[in-house]
Amino acid sequence: MDLSLSTRTVGDRTIVEVGGEIDVYTAPKLREQLVELVNDGSFHLVVDMEGVDFLDSTGLGVLVGGLKRVRAHEGSLRLVCNQERILKIFRITGLTKVFPIHNSVDEAVAATD
Amino acid sequence: MATVELRFSALPEHVRTARLVAAAVARRAGVDEAVLDEVRLAVGEACSRAVGLHTNGGLGTPVRVALIEDEKRFSIEVGDDAPAASGSADASGGHAAESDEESDMGLAVISGLVDDVEVTSDEKGGLIRMSWPTAPEPATLP
Repeated sequence: MDLSLSTRTVGDRTIVEVGGEIDVYTAPKLREQLVELVNDGSFHLVVDMEGVDFLDSTGLGVLVGGLKRVRAHEGSLRLVCNQERILKIFRITGLTKVFPIHNSVDEAVAATD
Repeated sequence: MATVELRFSALPEHVRTARLVAAAVARRAGVDEAVLDEVRLAVGEACSRAVGLHTNGGLGTPVRVALIEDEKRFSIEVGDDAPAASGSADASGGHAAESDEESDMGLAVISGLVDDVEVTSDEKGGLIRMSWPTAPEPATLP
């Protein structure tokens, strides 16, 4: 399975729906997408990872890179994820403290902290 | 010899193949279903790291994966040909700092995931050894 990406906007938030496997091969596509969004002026991103089957450290690196970019514009990057196998990777790397992780897109869109 | 051996060109698109093969052999060896995700992730991290080291070092040799089924354990060895000087985590030169960071993150994930892991490297290359217990035999009735 490859990586699928689609974007839509809800208010001032841009939802990036990701599906498939984020690994050393596919992560550059996600990086390009995030860079493009920030370059086009979308600074409040919600990455919906409910359709992600696999995530490795390359994918984590891309998400951290995305966070750095939006923060440079006082933006935000929120994640939506309920899958234990994916959440575990964020926990063992300590990234649960870095990313706000939400149960649903609605919750992420409503969040303002 | 290893139960299954795999050698692949050091390209990112082949890492997924290594993950799939490793998970299939681990399942057959009796590794618990709940642990297969960890096996998949750990072998992927080790292979991604090896691919990165080969790419950065301009090495044309393949990455080697050995999947070994013993009586009580299932082991995976991922070997690269990057000499310790450019491959070890504590030898980060300025220009290679970013890729070293990436390979360090991979190692961090592996050590967070796998209890039994050993990372070695010498002038010929590096080796990551990981192992998991296989399901115990059902208790025999007295």
